[in-house]
Amino acid sequence: MNLVYINSINGLSKTALEAVTYAKKLGSDVCVITNGAASNDLLSTLGIYGANKVLIDARIDGQDPGQLVKLVWAAAQKTGASTIVFSHDLVGKAVAPRLSVRLKAGLVAGAVSLPENDGTIKVNVFSGKAFGYVRVNTSQRIISLLPNSIQPEQTGQNCPVEAFDSQAGTSQIVVKATKKAEGTIALPEAELVVSAGRGLKGPENWGMIEDLAAALGAATACSRPVADIGWRPHHEHVGQTGIAIRPNLYIAAGISGAIQHLAGVNGSKVIVVINTDAEAPFFKSANYGIIGDAFEVIPRFTEAIKRFKEAQH
Amino acid sequence: MNILVCIAKAPDTTSKIAFSNDNTAFDENGVQYIVNPYDEWYALVRALEIKEAQGGQVTIITVGTTADESIMRKALAIGADEAVRIDADATDAFFTAMQIAEYAKTKNYDLILTGKETIDFNGSQVGGMLAEHLDFPFISLATKLEITGSTIFCQREIVGGVQEVEVQGPAVVSCAKGMAEQRIPNMRGIMAARSKPLTIVDAAPIDSLTSFTRYSLPAAKSSVKLIDPNNLDELVSLLHNEAKVI
Ligand SMILES: Cc1cc2nc3c(=O)[nH]c(=O)nc-3n(C[C@H](O)[C@H](O)[C@H](O)COP(=O)(O)OP(=O)(O)OC[C@H]3O[C@@H](n4cnc5c(N)ncnc54)[C@H](O)[C@@H]3O)c2cc1C
Ligand SMILES: Nc1ncnc2c1ncn2[C@@H]1O[C@H](COP(=O)(O)O)[C@@H](O)[C@H]1O
Repeated sequence: MNLVYINSINGLSKTALEAVTYAKKLGSDVCVITNGAASNDLLSTLGIYGANKVLIDARIDGQDPGQLVKLVWAAAQKTGASTIVFSHDLVGKAVAPRLSVRLKAGLVAGAVSLPENDGTIKVNVFSGKAFGYVRVNTSQRIISLLPNSIQPEQTGQNCPVEAFDSQAGTSQIVVKATKKAEGTIALPEAELVVSAGRGLKGPENWGMIEDLAAALGAATACSRPVADIGWRPHHEHVGQTGIAIRPNLYIAAGISGAIQHLAGVNGSKVIVVINTDAEAPFFKSANYGIIGDAFEVIPRFTEAIKRFKEAQH
Repeated sequence: MNILVCIAKAPDTTSKIAFSNDNTAFDENGVQYIVNPYDEWYALVRALEIKEAQGGQVTIITVGTTADESIMRKALAIGADEAVRIDADATDAFFTAMQIAEYAKTKNYDLILTGKETIDFNGSQVGGMLAEHLDFPFISLATKLEITGSTIFCQREIVGGVQEVEVQGPAVVSCAKGMAEQRIPNMRGIMAARSKPLTIVDAAPIDSLTSFTRYSLPAAKSSVKLIDPNNLDELVSLLHNEAKVI
């Protein structure tokens, strides 16, 4: 039996579907454990991605990793799971290590693929500059899956949902305020990302970046200096010291491609670079390059995307 | 306020990443080691700011060998009061966290800080593991930290936004960008660091739960395809038909 923890507070995210699909592909039955107020109708659709059963403890709001670890631990005891899968997202990063200690089970943090033939699991190391292969020395194992490492697959049908009393106690973390960026696509989960750097000259020029992102249905990101000087919010900063993303498509305009920037984006499947300087280092890591002025290229790119989308309808 | 800051070494961010011995070991040839940026810039500096405002003691702790002492001296030069090195190769996150937890159990820390992650093995594991073994609350990826008495206030990252939370200490907090500004050690700090205590502690008998068997490098990107800046329809069609990403 494989157990998957998913955070369903904001509905079923793509990373949750990825984790369920991954657990299914590991073989054997899949049980999902979650918390919060998601409806049974919604949760039962996890069966389509490979779950045989979903357990939910509605009493737990999911803010305290110390409480969540007790929830997942109780479900692991109940199901006798040999593998427990998390998404390596903000919640998984906080809970999976705690579970590793509680179960004394080895944790593979940031898995990017299914186990190899020798049982080792590939993870990102050196900020995406290399891969490592992790062997787990315990019989029970925990795997946290890097977002966008596999695609969700629909293989089954709706599954039963059961209430579960984990007796996980109370939350020790008191939430004072929550500020969410409204209406935008969360960067760590985005499949398409439009990013820009100091080459854009000033914050007033980001309209064209937002227009391109809107035309594509992409999230926006930026290089570190741009966040540091306050042109863009900090949560958009990608790279070694910002967040690491691995979208299907990363479009970088006016970014030189410093090694610390690449560390956050070199897991992207396809990279498009727009830069006036043919010698910009980013071109070495790009699949497609445009040597040109972002101020001319970006609006034209947006128009071309709009034409393409219209032709598709 | 008695604060413990966990400090790891990490290869300088511009290091060339290569492997030796049939890809089973990281090739340290020509690699400069630095204090893991999250540990230095955010966790340590914020700990020092709290100490400067409220008084107390900042201890840094590293699980490592004598080779790690140079980065520990740097942390002392920035302003930590004392250093503890647990004498062992940090074989995996579980081993590392258990060593630190066993040591911390014998002291009364009000707060334990780690970095968000190490930039070499990037597990984001040690902080949560420490919290679990010590049975402390854990706030991960904090971008702000205030402490009044035993109440710890943090701003933390959540998917698509930020959240303000409060918890009763002692607690473990992992520190991300925003918490503090980098400090450059001055000459006086560097001189003072030489005489600050660096205690070496024997490792506890603990087994690792995981091991790295080998490494590989990503396939080199085939060379870039250049597109005419006047023909963006071509780019769109390549992204659709060739790359299949839109
Ligand atoms: C320890 C450490 C950690 C770091 N972490 C990060 C990190 O996490 N993320 C990060 O991004 N950086 C990080 N950096 C900084 C990094 O080294 C670079 O300084 C930074 O990425 C450069 O940002 P940029 O490309 O936006 O700006 P620049 O390097 O100034 O590049 C601007 C680019 O825009 C181009 N350009 C100018 N005008 C136009 C135009 N009209 N149209 C198109 N192109 C144009 C220029 O040719 C140039 O290539 C880190 C540095 C250190 C030392
Ligand atoms: N060998 C070590 N000694 C002391 N602290 C460490 C060590 N390794 C990791 N840490 C701490 O744990 C944090 C997270 O590391 P990691 O789990 O490896 O991503 C780091 O930012 C450090 O604060």
